[in-house]
Amino acid sequence: MRKNKYELKNVDLWYSDFQALKDVNMDIMEKEVTAFIGPSGCGKSTLIKTLNRMNDLVEGCRVTGKIHLDGQDIFGNINVNHLRKRVGMVFQKPNPFPMSIYDNIAFGPRTHGITAKLKLDEIVEKSLRDAAIWEETKDRLKKSALGLSGGQQQRLCIARALSVSPEVLLMDEPTSALDPISTSKIEDLISDLKGDYTVIIVTHNMQQATRISDKTAFFLLGEMVEFGKTETLFSMPKDKRCEDYITGRFG
Amino acid sequence: MRNKFEQQLTLLNNMLIEMGGLIETSIALAIQAMKEQNSEAADRAVEYDREIDQMERDIEELCLKLLLQQQPVARDLRLISAALKMITDMERIGDQAADIAEITPYLSGTPYFNKMGHFSKMAEATAKMVTDSIDAFVKKDFDLAISVIKSDDIVDELFHQIKTDLIELLRTDNAHGEYAIDMLMIAKYFERIGDHAVNVAEWVLFSIKGEHVRY
Repeated sequence: MRKNKYELKNVDLWYSDFQALKDVNMDIMEKEVTAFIGPSGCGKSTLIKTLNRMNDLVEGCRVTGKIHLDGQDIFGNINVNHLRKRVGMVFQKPNPFPMSIYDNIAFGPRTHGITAKLKLDEIVEKSLRDAAIWEETKDRLKKSALGLSGGQQQRLCIARALSVSPEVLLMDEPTSALDPISTSKIEDLISDLKGDYTVIIVTHNMQQATRISDKTAFFLLGEMVEFGKTETLFSMPKDKRCEDYITGRFG
Repeated sequence: MRNKFEQQLTLLNNMLIEMGGLIETSIALAIQAMKEQNSEAADRAVEYDREIDQMERDIEELCLKLLLQQQPVARDLRLISAALKMITDMERIGDQAADIAEITPYLSGTPYFNKMGHFSKMAEATAKMVTDSIDAFVKKDFDLAISVIKSDDIVDELFHQIKTDLIELLRTDNAHGEYAIDMLMIAKYFERIGDHAVNVAEWVLFSIKGEHVRY
C-alpha cells in the first residue's frame, strides 16, 4: 500500500508583493511520477523549488500553509541540508561541476562525511549505473565532466543527485535542452527510477508528461486547476482551462 | 491559435458528414432498387460504394496525418480516434447497400416482395438508424446516439419476422424458393447495416464521454 510522500495544504507563496502560488492543495504519492504542467509563469517551477526549500534563497519570498514530507513539516524544525539530501533536484540546463566525472558524483557523499575510497568508488559506480551512463563514462572517470555531451551531462547530473540516496527527485524541465535520443534515454531512466524514488517533474512537453507520469497537475496563474491520473487528464480533462491549454487553444 | 489544426479538424468533420451523406444515398438507392426493381438505381448504389471506399481512404489519411503532425490530446484525440473507427463501419454500410443492390436484379418477377410489409419497415428503420447515427455525430447529440443503439432491437425483431414470413413462403410456394434465399440475404444485410450504425453511435458516445458508455 503506497502512501503520500508530500501533503500540501493551503500553500500560498509571495515574491514580495506578487503572489506566485495561490492556495495549492495536493497529495503526491510516493514512488510515482508526478508531472507539473502549465504555461510559463503559472507557478509550477516555483512550487517544485518550494518542495526542497530552494526558494529560501530568493529575497522577498514568503510561504504560508503546510508542506509535509512523510508527515513532517518541511518549514518546521528541520535541517535544510538534510531535507535537500532527501529531496534531490535536476535542473533544465545540465550543470556539472568543473571537475572530473568521478568528483562530480563523489561531491555529495563527501559533503555528507563519506571519505573511504572503496565506499566512494561503490557509490560512484552505482549512481552512474542507475543513471544509465556508466558504460559511457567508466573509462574516463578522471576526465572533466565538461567534456561530455549535453545529454550525457544531464544524466551525470541525475547520477549526482542519486549519489546521496535521495527519496525524492525534483526535475525542472530536465530534457528541454536535449536532442530526441538523449530525451528518450532520460525518459526511460525516469521510468526505471520510479520503483525506488518519488519523481516530480516540470515539463512543457505534453507528450512527455503522457509518456512518463502517473499523475499530472495543471497550473494556471498560481492556482492548481486540475490534478489527476495522467491518462484521464489528457483524454477527458474536467476543467475547460486545462482542456484549452493541453489542446493548444489557450489564449 | 493552432489555426491550421482547427482548419484540418473542420475538414475532417466535413469529410465525415460527406461520407455520411454518401452512405445515406447509397442505402436509399438500394431500397429504391429493391422496391421498384430499378436496375439503374442498383447500378448507382454500386458506384456510390466505390466513392465511399475512396472517402474512407481519404479520411484515414487525414486522421493519420493529424496524429503525426498535431499529436492531439483530449477532445481532439477522441474525435480523431472515433473518426478512424467510425469510417470502417461506414464503409461496411456502403458495401452492404451495394450487396443489396446487386441482389435486386435476381428478384425481378417475384410476386411476393412488395407484399411483405416487414421488408419496407426494416429498410426504413435501418436507413433511419444510419441517418440518426451521423446526425448524432454532427450535433454531438448523446441522446440521439443512445436512441440509435436502442433502435437496433426493432431491426432485429423485424429480421426475425421476415425470417418467419419467408419460412411460410417456402412452405406454401416452394417454386419461389430461390427468391426466398435472396430475400433472406437482403434482410440479413439490412440487419448488419443496423449493427454498423450501432457501432457508429457507440463511437459518437465515446467521442463525447471519453469512454465506452454502458447503456
